[in-house]
Amino acid sequence: MRHRTAIAIAATIVSVGIGSHAFARDLTVVSWGGNYQEAQRKAYFEPFMKATGIKLIEDSWDGGIGTLRAKVQGGDVAWDVVQAEAEELQLGCDEGVILQLDWEKLGGKDNFLPTAVHDCGVGAILWSTVLAYDGSKFPNGGPTSWADFWDVDKFPGKRALRKGPKYNLEFALMADGVAPADVYATLATADGVQRAFDKLSELKDHLIWWEAGAQPPQLLASGEVVMTSVYNGRLDTPRKEGKDFRIVWPGSIYAIDSWVILKGSPNVGKAMELIAFMSAPENQKNLPPYISYGVTHKDAVNGIAPDVLSNLPSAPDNLKDAIAIDTGFWTDNIDELNKRFNAWAAQ
Amino acid sequence: MKAPDRHRLRHQTRRQERVRALRALVLVLPMFAFLALSFLVPIGRMLYRSIEDPELASALPQTAQLLKQWDGVDLPPDNVFAALLREMPTAFEKRTLAAVAQRLNHDISGYRSLLLRTARKLNKREPSATPLDAAQAFFDIDPRWRQPRYWAAMRRAAGPVTDFYLLAALDLDRDAAGDIVPVPEHEAVFVDVLLRTIWIGGVVMALCLVTGYPIAYLLATASPRLGNILMILVLLPFWTSLLVRTSAWVVVLQNEGILNGLFLRFGLVDAPVQMIFNRFGVFVAMTHVLLPFMVLPLYSVMKGISPSYMRAASSLGAPPWLAFLRVYLPQSMPGVAAGCLLVFILAVGYYITPALVGGAGDQMVSYFIAFYTSRTVNWGLASALAAVLLLTTVALYFVYGRLSRTGGGVRLG
Repeated sequence: MRHRTAIAIAATIVSVGIGSHAFARDLTVVSWGGNYQEAQRKAYFEPFMKATGIKLIEDSWDGGIGTLRAKVQGGDVAWDVVQAEAEELQLGCDEGVILQLDWEKLGGKDNFLPTAVHDCGVGAILWSTVLAYDGSKFPNGGPTSWADFWDVDKFPGKRALRKGPKYNLEFALMADGVAPADVYATLATADGVQRAFDKLSELKDHLIWWEAGAQPPQLLASGEVVMTSVYNGRLDTPRKEGKDFRIVWPGSIYAIDSWVILKGSPNVGKAMELIAFMSAPENQKNLPPYISYGVTHKDAVNGIAPDVLSNLPSAPDNLKDAIAIDTGFWTDNIDELNKRFNAWAAQ
Repeated sequence: MKAPDRHRLRHQTRRQERVRALRALVLVLPMFAFLALSFLVPIGRMLYRSIEDPELASALPQTAQLLKQWDGVDLPPDNVFAALLREMPTAFEKRTLAAVAQRLNHDISGYRSLLLRTARKLNKREPSATPLDAAQAFFDIDPRWRQPRYWAAMRRAAGPVTDFYLLAALDLDRDAAGDIVPVPEHEAVFVDVLLRTIWIGGVVMALCLVTGYPIAYLLATASPRLGNILMILVLLPFWTSLLVRTSAWVVVLQNEGILNGLFLRFGLVDAPVQMIFNRFGVFVAMTHVLLPFMVLPLYSVMKGISPSYMRAASSLGAPPWLAFLRVYLPQSMPGVAAGCLLVFILAVGYYITPALVGGAGDQMVSYFIAFYTSRTVNWGLASALAAVLLLTTVALYFVYGRLSRTGGGVRLG
């Protein structure tokens, strides 16, 4: 009996060992979970499997260069294609944690928005941090700019901003009259940073700080605040439920998430095929109907219905007075500005 | 019994005892090994991470070596420039330079892009094209290389160990001459945060004690039927997810929430009272979340206090309050001590609750540890903050142990 058990255990160990090492594993794609990944499943993953016959496994994550580092340095790379934020793209590329892409297979860099092009990644979506307000609170017309966000006499009520310096210093400068295009040049100087903090101080008593992306729509819905900064896609659900939440696009700050391939992936060829599929305009146009995130291929815009397009951060009208987040500025300065923000907040 | 027999017997007994002790040791060995691996090793590693400084020395070994020989006055000698010029392209190709850039950026903001941009430009240069001196090559790429502070920062990072992170965790820095100085006032934040953490922990502990003591007393003295119901009421929140309980407080305390709605309806206030996203909200939510950790140890101690002592006190003429103060309270002190310690130590490590119901000025040390661990990947500073928090907690524990021993024979556990 004992003998047979030992054989069974040995057999299990051997077969598990073979299972994980002898055969190449299936192509694995990693995104951000929730409604968003569901939308991607319908628009990209399932059509890709049908079109190519390649089996695709999904996983999800919450970002962080540390996670990618650990995967690659651990040797057993379980992920192939990952949707990364601009920061992880830059750091990962510098550190060699992610591979350079084969842009030939993607049809060349010129077909994409300039900000969606990187040696190690191609833009997956364009999302935006916007000013949003509850239309029912302002029957005579709501705010139209960050200057209005700061105008507590004209638009009384509390406001919410994301905890931390990122985005808020930019918004403060725009409220103080700095043109969107000059925001990062101004922030690069000590005087500009001081000016941003001074402007934030004006509004300090009227501010509530949010932490998680799900909070601002709740704060608006509960009436805790009358306007807030928010990730644009988070407004989809409350709006479908009938809330009159409106977006002010001028002065919004957009960012691009990119598809990257982890170094050490055993499926580089298939991974490139998947990324090419998800970057093709005829496939990209299928995502926005599910969730209000913008597309990165210049031709994808043509296939999107006008009422969907008008809600996307990548719609030309919405992009007009928006700025791209300066990842280089923030990777250089986040440590110092975060300390300064927290010292300021505690005053 | 003769003497040699007795001797042998004693010898045998001793041997048996040794065998038994050994067997017991073997039995607890797995647990010791588990504790060492899952607890001591990671904590030791974390503490070491707060002083180790390996990036520069491993990516640019010769430069690091030469930097350590430099006295740190003005600009470094030419051999440092030459070594860096020689080693930088290789480190850039091998992708190890990014880690150095990250490390240096923790010291001076903007150093990251300066170093990587310089490396990129050096790589594009024809190796044989310009035989000019090494220092000039750097000055041509970026004038910042003329500033001694960038070289001083590099010298500080030459490893293998550093006090940079620990100093930073205490709002201190080294100036160009190497003396320890406080950081500029608008960047001094961590000492404030540490004091805030201890203060919030202390207030929450006191609130838990004040509210938890009567509950525990009721639990311990009520009839078994009522006791069971009360116990479930205490334990039910204990079993609920922390996130759910915290979110529930948002619903109750917010401006258009349940409490403010009642206040407004009964005309107690004219405008909603701000009770959340500030310190008040943190106190309320944390006290609620941590209350079971106070009630349960109190209850277990109170359950063991015989009611006959109180009866004896009243039969000797003590009024109820005096009997309580002189008889009941001292006997319940071990529970008070254990509960307070448990709540305080859990409270100073709190992260999610203050993040969700606190304002920007209510964040505790753990918030910053998480921030530096996952957002900016400054693990040295995260470890240093964790080390400072750990050492402060241990120090407070010893002070507490000393106080409670002198203050009336209280023993823990």
